[in-house]
Amino acid sequence: MMVVAAILTLAVGTYTMRLGGVVLRDRLELSASLQRLLPMAAAALLAALAATATLMAGTGLAGVARPAGVLVGGLLAWRRAPFVVVVVAAAATAALLRLAGVP
Amino acid sequence: MRTIQRTPPGLVRDAVAIAAAMIAIGASFGAIAVAYGMPAWVPFLMSTAVFAGGAQFLAVGLLAAGNPVAAVLAGLLLNARHLPFGLAVAGTVGPRWRDRIVGSHLMTDEVVAFTLAEDDPARRRRTYWLIGVTLFTSWNLGTALGVLLGGATGDPDTLGLDAAFPAGLIALIMPSLRDGRTRAVALTGAAVAVLLTPVLPAGLPVMSALLGLVVLFRPGKRREGPFRPGGRPEGR
Repeated sequence: MMVVAAILTLAVGTYTMRLGGVVLRDRLELSASLQRLLPMAAAALLAALAATATLMAGTGLAGVARPAGVLVGGLLAWRRAPFVVVVVAAAATAALLRLAGVP
Repeated sequence: MRTIQRTPPGLVRDAVAIAAAMIAIGASFGAIAVAYGMPAWVPFLMSTAVFAGGAQFLAVGLLAAGNPVAAVLAGLLLNARHLPFGLAVAGTVGPRWRDRIVGSHLMTDEVVAFTLAEDDPARRRRTYWLIGVTLFTSWNLGTALGVLLGGATGDPDTLGLDAAFPAGLIALIMPSLRDGRTRAVALTGAAVAVLLTPVLPAGLPVMSALLGLVVLFRPGKRREGPFRPGGRPEGR
């Protein structure tokens, strides 16, 4: 019973934050310069997600294979490679390094 | 899904690629939940009602450890980023309540990244809904496979999927990183998040990336002078 309550609380809370942002945008009457900050804020959050997911495992550093894979993908993205190529190259690099025994 | 016929093939191909990855990671979530000794409905309920991968992995571990309050608090902290995400994509989700109520639930990191990578409002809208519905479907399909197959699904790290997701996010934000100001904000925010990860509970480091916005308010912004338009004309 506790588990159901916990999951539903987490679900309702998450949904409230999702819907909250969408609804608040109209209510806040943001100035034009503040509105220009919103995509930048989203880019900062996404970059932070990518960076922490690349470099960190829990509170410590990730091994070598994962950052190396992301580096290959990142370079391809910089060279304007298609999304699928970036993702597959990153995964393949990390998988092959692990196959070779690199952590 | 009548929109699919008007959808560019590149977007469909990207959607298929990310759906394949989501099925594999969703399967590992389902398998891990069952391996923790959770009844099968727990991962199903989480994948449909919570629908946020990172928070689900975190919360199911804490639930299994018998700590539901920590599971809720940690999950909510990790999901707090959806509030600024919602502000950023509100224009794409649209003013109609039906769209807001359904569309908000489909909001994930990947959906936001795919959406903001588009410039044209109509394309943004199509991207949001196509990627959102694709991810919701594939995540829940993956969860079901994981519950059914259990440990036979294998470890997604063996396939390098832990590298695929950050690389995909980087590919999606790359067009906006070509703008000097956005790049300064994003890189500062990412550095702050990485440095704070060892000392703050999960979720707060990523939220503190918003501190990257302060670089915009420094007097005498570096090379980007007032007459230089942001980004390169060739776009992506």
